[in-house]
Amino acid sequence: MNIYLKLFLTFFEIGAFSFGGGYAMIPVIREKCILNGWLTEEGIMNFIAVAESTPGPIAVNMATFVGSSQGGLAGSLLATLGVVLPSFLIIVLIASVMNNLIRYEGVKAALGGVQPVIVGLIVTTGTTMLLSVLFGIENVKSTFSIDYKSVIIFAVIAAAGMVYKKIRKKTISSIFMIILSAVMGIIMFGML
Amino acid sequence: MVKSKKLLTLFLSFFKIGLFTFGGGYAMIALIEREFVERLKWIENEEFLDLIAVAESTPGPIAVNSAEYIGYKVGKVLGSFVATLGVCIPSIVIIYIVSLFFDTFVAFEYVDYAFRGIQVCVGYLIVSAGFRMLKKMKKTVFNKVFFVLIVAVILVTTLFSFHISSIALIVAGAASGVILYLIKYLTGKISKGE
Repeated sequence: MNIYLKLFLTFFEIGAFSFGGGYAMIPVIREKCILNGWLTEEGIMNFIAVAESTPGPIAVNMATFVGSSQGGLAGSLLATLGVVLPSFLIIVLIASVMNNLIRYEGVKAALGGVQPVIVGLIVTTGTTMLLSVLFGIENVKSTFSIDYKSVIIFAVIAAAGMVYKKIRKKTISSIFMIILSAVMGIIMFGML
Repeated sequence: MVKSKKLLTLFLSFFKIGLFTFGGGYAMIALIEREFVERLKWIENEEFLDLIAVAESTPGPIAVNSAEYIGYKVGKVLGSFVATLGVCIPSIVIIYIVSLFFDTFVAFEYVDYAFRGIQVCVGYLIVSAGFRMLKKMKKTVFNKVFFVLIVAVILVTTLFSFHISSIALIVAGAASGVILYLIKYLTGKISKGE
């Protein structure tokens, strides 16, 4: 299939089926990009950090980035159009004729059923990423090997997150955490 | 206000929101409220609550959904289009520029070390976002059973390198929600008026 068409259709599908916004969209995007060979697991994690540290919705940032790496400027525009178009059509429909759509019991029941799936997808996506980064586990055939430096970085950011939450009663800024982990990465891997 | 001027304000407001909110999603909702409910007074408070419900329960990024909804309320389909364009353009421009230099940038030795640290952080951020959502999820039997089932299925299939489509799981979740509702309805556990 033509790469432009493929980018558009894939991101259209992502836009149509990823509920909840933000992190909730990551599992579907990650799956599609890996299956198509557009990004590696590492590449995705690197880019999530970039998407978090630049303004704008993560899904739009991811679409633009993947589109550009696969099909240049045209690719990035088509992927972004694809990810936005389903919600555009749905919202215009809801705002114009079906104002009460989300109040229908059937629709509520469907959305209620989607919720635990989304939460499960996010938890497992994060867990598999950590298993691979910290312990080198990708599947049953991988050998268990602890990366002590990464484990230390994990312990420090997790502790920072918990202490902040205890004292300030809110979630620590992701950008601060990313900067902290970058500095620790340079120290642990480059200087020790 | 003249219509074209209103559309321009709509575009510029969402352009600003797209340019200045990091992390997307809920951070944007606060900005949107300040801009459209308090400052411009284009949206009533009650309608704003409707907007949040719609933006959260329809697919797609929350910020984009909000832009589409407010844009429609202000200027119908054209308004919706203009607002969406406004909220997306900053991302497109910034990320397009980033994408041109990203590979070269990551190839530097110390940048690579930094990103090895960052990868740990991204895993942490995603897991903690997942647990925050888990905390907020209503603890009904259905939700608990489904959550555990999904986690088990995905972990097992991942470990055995067997692919299972997350879109299929999302659709299955929606279908189960509806089936459960129908069963309750037909067995009379919910009265027909509800």
